[in-house]
Amino acid sequence: MAPENHITEVGGTGVPIPGDDIDTDQILPARFMKEVTFDNMADYLFYDARRDDDGFNDHPLNRFEGASIAVVNSNFGCGSSREHAPQAMMRWGVDGIVGESYAEIFRDNCKSLGIPAVTTDHETVTDLQEWIESNPDGEIDIDVENEAVTYGETTIDVEIDDAMKEALVEGIWDTTALMYSNRSKVEETVAGLPYVEGDD
Amino acid sequence: MSNGTLYDKVWEKHKVAELPSGQDQLFIGLHLVHEVTSPQAFGMLRERDLDVAYPNQTFATTDHIAPTEAEKRERPLTDEQSEEMLSALERNTSENGITFFGFESGKQGITHVVAPELGLSQPGMTVACGDSHTATHGAFGSIGVGIGTSQIRDVLATGCIAADKQKVRRINVEGELGEGVYAKDIILKIIQDLGVDGGVGHVYEYGGPAIEALDMEGRLAVCNMSIEGGARAGYINPDETTYEYLQGREYVPEGEAFEERKAYWESISSDEDAEYDDVVTVDADDIDPLITWGINPGQVIEITDSVPHPEDFEARTDREAAEQALDHMDIEPGQSMLGYDVDVAFLGTCTNGRVSDFEEAAKILEGNTVADGVRALAVPGSETVREECEARGIDETFINAGFQWRRAGCSMCLAMNDDSLEGDEVCASSSNRNFIGRQGSKEGRTVLMSPAMVAAAAVEGEVADAREYLSDDPAGSASGVGEAAD
Repeated sequence: MAPENHITEVGGTGVPIPGDDIDTDQILPARFMKEVTFDNMADYLFYDARRDDDGFNDHPLNRFEGASIAVVNSNFGCGSSREHAPQAMMRWGVDGIVGESYAEIFRDNCKSLGIPAVTTDHETVTDLQEWIESNPDGEIDIDVENEAVTYGETTIDVEIDDAMKEALVEGIWDTTALMYSNRSKVEETVAGLPYVEGDD
Repeated sequence: MSNGTLYDKVWEKHKVAELPSGQDQLFIGLHLVHEVTSPQAFGMLRERDLDVAYPNQTFATTDHIAPTEAEKRERPLTDEQSEEMLSALERNTSENGITFFGFESGKQGITHVVAPELGLSQPGMTVACGDSHTATHGAFGSIGVGIGTSQIRDVLATGCIAADKQKVRRINVEGELGEGVYAKDIILKIIQDLGVDGGVGHVYEYGGPAIEALDMEGRLAVCNMSIEGGARAGYINPDETTYEYLQGREYVPEGEAFEERKAYWESISSDEDAEYDDVVTVDADDIDPLITWGINPGQVIEITDSVPHPEDFEARTDREAAEQALDHMDIEPGQSMLGYDVDVAFLGTCTNGRVSDFEEAAKILEGNTVADGVRALAVPGSETVREECEARGIDETFINAGFQWRRAGCSMCLAMNDDSLEGDEVCASSSNRNFIGRQGSKEGRTVLMSPAMVAAAAVEGEVADAREYLSDDPAGSASGVGEAAD
């Protein structure tokens, strides 16, 4: 199992999701959070934005079915902390994200799910979004380890948050087991906190 | 790098270890749980055969899906999905020995209203909840962070999160608020100045005379909307206002134990010579009430100003956002928001669902009635708030004015229960987010404002300046935040 946790590279066709400050209410409208599992979340991804009165519209997610790499602009995933948003993206098929910037909780959630979210400047993102429009079947590759994105003949340098890179490449993005192994240290920390009485 | 701030001190106290990723393992002293973001996390715990590590530091209530009409709170809930979520929470909390404030407890309500009023949130704590408005608890001088469901699993199983230490930005809020101007206006002003992503990578330390003058409920409103400014956490150093508020609350120690605890609280305040990553000043002197005109909380103006032109913005991103906002809100640049027709007035939420919020709004509603055709909802942030308002007769003022007086929950802030906008209705709202679709209808339009402004909008049937209703009120408090709930 262990090697599967190492995420050094993800790739596939792309989907541009243009717009700044796209909030998690748009990505996954609240009314679809009334389920006790994440199983069906893909069905609700950008639910309202993807539909007009007469059904599906020309939203990129409707035009780029099967894509694996989402390309977004700045402050993507702002607002609510709902992990339902990246869960929906992942279950729809997104394995990696290229963007100008992310809201912090969204980025943390991506890390928890093993989705690399890399950043680059506005022009590069726009170029890539346009390239996808002209090359819907074109492959985009995110090299997490070397902080690079390749599409067509082009390779660009990107940035990835240090902790996210380390976690993905080393396969330690599921932090529960890691932190669980520090139980005795947790107890030491707790002992120094006047407001916590020994629980166990 | 910051040094000697409350953030630095509390972080050090709670740091367990550095993880191989370079992040810190941080102990969470108060974990708040609700029905929407937790069931998947409890499921993951079961899959891994793990127990809840610190059940005594964990408290749950139900808020997002809670019906706010009394008769709809009978079990089983008529909405099957809501019933399933609530039942799952009841099961998960009882199986794991976690205290749950359900409908029958009399203490149910929005997590960020319940924990402060019960004295669960205290200075020098780390607080986490699967909800982005966890920043609220920073009002006491704690570090409150919103987390995703996988991180909830982490906290349940280990009592900890993996976290990056952020930069600390000190925000000095100068000046004095005039009558009819409130904590809500301060935070909207801060977001106007610094932007919706200005706080990314930072925690906000709010201070200065305008902040120090606020009571605890005002401070909670300010810290609550840190996330709307992009800051995952925001806090205010504890002071006598904080300690007075805490004294006598259910989960706060008494007598000698209180004094001992207070010594800890005082020790974690930012030092006078603390170093910040940056310091900014926001001038709140004589600001007018603020309201949003667009589709994010940074698209905000003082009520006396007009809606900006997209070309007024330097950044391309702001221009595009302004154009989209004008289109969605169906408004023109240069127009005043005064007179903008309102269909719904919504008063409540984790931002403004506390006793002083209803008290301030009631001053405006006294002797007035809600305009024809306006649906007006007053939704207390907790059952404790509701009872306190009812004991003071505040509910009567609302009911007499034509408001529906509801039971506690998140309600129309995000419309996960039956309270929702329909079609392109306009809502004058005391909530925190005016995102498209946020209040349950993708065409719905939200105008964020203070509770007093919501009351004035309800009466006029359009956006109005609440101060016109207060000018003859000799009792109006200069600080404009009303009396503390305690």
